[in-house]
Amino acid sequence: MNWKTFLALLGRDAHVARRNLIPLLLQTFLQPMMFVFIFGRVMVSSGYMPVAYKSLLLPGIMAISMVFTGVWAVAMPLIGEFQFTREIEDRLLAPIQISWLAIEKVFFGAIQALFAGLVVIPAAWLLLRPGVELNLRSPLSFACVTVLVALFSACGGLALGCSIDQNHIGLMFSMVLTPMIFFGCTYYPWSALAHFPILQKIVLLNPLVYASEGLRGTLVPQFPHIPVIAVLIALTLFDVLFLATGLSQFRRKAVS
Amino acid sequence: MLAGIRTVDLRKVFTSPPPLASGGGGFAPTFGRGKGKKQPKPEIVALDGLSLQILPGEIFGLLGPNGAGKSTTVGILTTRVRPTSGQAWIGDHDVWAEQVAVKRLIGVVSQRPNLDFALTAREILLFHGAYFGIDAQQRSRRADALLDRFQLRDRADQLVRGFSGGMMQRLSIARAMMHDPQVLFLDEPSAGLDPQTKLLLWEIIREYNQSGKTVLITTHNMEEADALCQRLAIIDHGRNIALGTPRELKAAVPGGFLLRLRFGHFSPELLQRLKNLTGVTEVRATDGNSADVYADRGGSLVPEIASLAALASAELCDVHISEPSLENLFLHHTGRSLRE
Repeated sequence: MNWKTFLALLGRDAHVARRNLIPLLLQTFLQPMMFVFIFGRVMVSSGYMPVAYKSLLLPGIMAISMVFTGVWAVAMPLIGEFQFTREIEDRLLAPIQISWLAIEKVFFGAIQALFAGLVVIPAAWLLLRPGVELNLRSPLSFACVTVLVALFSACGGLALGCSIDQNHIGLMFSMVLTPMIFFGCTYYPWSALAHFPILQKIVLLNPLVYASEGLRGTLVPQFPHIPVIAVLIALTLFDVLFLATGLSQFRRKAVS
Repeated sequence: MLAGIRTVDLRKVFTSPPPLASGGGGFAPTFGRGKGKKQPKPEIVALDGLSLQILPGEIFGLLGPNGAGKSTTVGILTTRVRPTSGQAWIGDHDVWAEQVAVKRLIGVVSQRPNLDFALTAREILLFHGAYFGIDAQQRSRRADALLDRFQLRDRADQLVRGFSGGMMQRLSIARAMMHDPQVLFLDEPSAGLDPQTKLLLWEIIREYNQSGKTVLITTHNMEEADALCQRLAIIDHGRNIALGTPRELKAAVPGGFLLRLRFGHFSPELLQRLKNLTGVTEVRATDGNSADVYADRGGSLVPEIASLAALASAELCDVHISEPSLENLFLHHTGRSLRE
């Protein structure tokens, strides 16, 4: 492991992110904030939703923002850089094992996802108040869940980015990310699926369920949620699974 | 530390289409034996037992037509392609087993520009230097010197997305030299460059070599191989078919001169008579109406050939004379032109 090279690779990604800061911010926050405004503000103040929905919605929005940001931050550049122009070649020739390049991408994607998640809390709180009741009882559990969610989104981005090509980006959104978000217990708690017992079991395969429920369990524990310990275990397993798949796909793509 | 290059019996079989940068196009796929009811996978043999020894400090050329296996060889030597069998070393390092050590020693210019489109020209050089652990001050100094040398100074702070092909190629070469590698790989470096830039590039490559660095060039351009390379390997279908200095290789063509003749109509007796002409070393019929004559003289043979043809009532339609060249050598070994 060569720290100088690793830091230089991180420096390159940070430099490119800084250059694209405004589009990046719009892409990360515009959609979740509009969602928060319509569902948390318009629907609640017009009486179609109870006030308590504001607090229920916030962790779900945070989960969506983190996952979307992490997947996007890792998958999109990888898909582009491995295409026809092979832009990534220069970094594959840097004096470091190629798996570390993938890990650097995951690390940087996870930082972006963390940033997105932590900014969404105050931004959504400002949009929704009054009526949001956050109860951060265990900051440590919250920190663990948040870090694991950030990692799962970045590792997922690695696995996705190395598995699909440029022509299938649209498909990635419609077939993978959109169903994940709608069946990810982001807008409702997992317990709300009790009337659909089969669906309730099936959605447990969706890692976003653990992200939303974990953030719900640590930020607004007054609502029903999957036990935090189960969330931590499931997220760790998904992290490992996606990282292993992503690394193996990355190596396969990098070397012919 | 001076570093040479060595390969022993390198073989590469692609079971999926080879990536563009690895060449490999132009091969007719052969079908491997499928097991049981499984569909056989199409196999493309890009390298078929290539052994080379390139000395430290040498400019070595790999010459061959498209699809000969040149880029695959470079791909294996630069850790980007995994060999199916055989071994390769850069200096004392096994390329596949000691990838990081090898990557420190090499600079690579691939066949197609693969610049980082998110960065400006100067940033590309600076970040490349940073990947190799060069300190900030030295990085900046080297980047400026290379931008000057490759005449890119006025576009240094622009994103490379809008660069012309030639500018991208120059920047790719500057980038490969940024960390001052011991071994420089240039895969078709002058493809798409205008003649003036090509000369600039040749000058830079010679200069770089004079500081003791090893340079491996792949090309299908005779002129480039002849002008630049101290030794050459001519490869075709993944095999080494000739090796030596350009002078030695050219001298190896029987007679040296090649006269490609086309007749209106042609007979075996004429072929025999052509063989008996003074100075002719070899005659080959290439198709129904054509023949290749290898000889130690060129133009002075034409009147004699014309009168022989007249005697045999075989009208001489076309004569093309080439002087001793690597092109002729390739043609002699493979029966095909390098440009085919």
